[in-house]
Amino acid sequence: MFPRSFDYLAPDSMDDALAMLAEHGEDAKVLAGGQSLIPLMKLRFAAPDYIIDINRIPDLGSIIENGSLNVGALVRTHDIERSELIKRRYPAMAAAAPLISDPLVRNLGTVVGSLCHADPQGDWASVMLAMNAEIICRTGDSHRRIPVAEFVQGPFTTSLEPNEIATGVDIPDPGSDTYGTYMKLERKVGDFASVGVAVHLSFDDGGGVERAGIGLTAVGPANIKATEAERLLTGAELDGGTIARAADLCAEAANPHSDQRGSAEYKRAIVRVFVSRALSAAAAGKAA
Amino acid sequence: MVDNKSISVTVNGRSKTTEVEPRRLLVHWIREALGLTGTHVGCDTSSCGACTVLLDGTPVKSCTMFAVQADGREVTTVEGLQQGGKLHPIQEGFKEEHGLQCGFCTPGMMLLGAALLEENPDPSEEDVRWAISGNLCRCTGYQNIVKSVQWAAKKAASEQAGVNA
Repeated sequence: MFPRSFDYLAPDSMDDALAMLAEHGEDAKVLAGGQSLIPLMKLRFAAPDYIIDINRIPDLGSIIENGSLNVGALVRTHDIERSELIKRRYPAMAAAAPLISDPLVRNLGTVVGSLCHADPQGDWASVMLAMNAEIICRTGDSHRRIPVAEFVQGPFTTSLEPNEIATGVDIPDPGSDTYGTYMKLERKVGDFASVGVAVHLSFDDGGGVERAGIGLTAVGPANIKATEAERLLTGAELDGGTIARAADLCAEAANPHSDQRGSAEYKRAIVRVFVSRALSAAAAGKAA
Repeated sequence: MVDNKSISVTVNGRSKTTEVEPRRLLVHWIREALGLTGTHVGCDTSSCGACTVLLDGTPVKSCTMFAVQADGREVTTVEGLQQGGKLHPIQEGFKEEHGLQCGFCTPGMMLLGAALLEENPDPSEEDVRWAISGNLCRCTGYQNIVKSVQWAAKKAASEQAGVNA
């Protein structure tokens, strides 16, 4: 399969990339890992006139913790998988990384690229919703931060402007006492999620839930932040009744449709089971 | 009319410089411009891994990358595994353990195996299965592929011991 012809631009600085994007706007697409964009171009669902390859721009490939965690636009999912810092401090991210697509795609595919692609079956957006992350966006003369919950607007739709580049994603400090996981039902390695659930909890000094974040994958037109369940859990004890109620709220927040991966009813049930398992594991961890 | 780009890529240790249309996929450049047909096109949809090559040592799908992106980088294809007429241990392993049936997935599987052994010289069965989990063998010959990679690990270790002795 051959994509439509395009002109290839490979800037070696962010300023140059932004100038190119300012000139070409909606006719251009930014290429990071390319693991979603290139298949779309081969199928001609995407047919940009210009590709702006940001891979030659330095300093976008770092994972830096400094008050918050900054993941640059060229950090590959494989980099997350290997990071000791992520394993130690950001367990929901560590759990999600090895479940995303397959090892070869993870070697190139980026976290920020996945967020910008905004496939409702993408895994990273759910993790970032659960962790209350913000996308950092730049134009030639301005920058802004957009909470992922506002950034992801619908299927393959974000609030990124045509002249903006997402240069990274910023994840708030989870605190010292946390629990996080990502659970994913998939038919086979490399398939999209049938259902995915990201859970992130931060505990206060007394062991109560200080912050709760839950993101749902593949059960709606975009990844869903289960805000009602988050509110219920915040400040609550993780007892059986609370866990069951939170799992019900997440299942109600899900809005799946039936397809070859399962019926809507089945997917909703899986959301309930995954949320319940994750919160039970968190409670067992506190009791131990 | 879109301009061609000049790219220089080190392929199997040799520098190759050609003009290429930006939309040309790396796999087509390798097969058609360089004539290295060991890199296969299987699904062409980023699902099967038959087109696996090593990019600066890292396995990637060459059907999901443009040739222009490889400018200035190193690519290893299956043809680059042997050195001076001597088979790479992974190639010997596939021969000894009957790691191939129809052979279509084999170049990708061998490159993944070689990359895995660079990172992990003594992989468990699970490590190998995890590493090849993105690559499909339509003969379903996974059992022997895993054995072949582990055979290669032992062979490489004994060669290394020989060097150190």
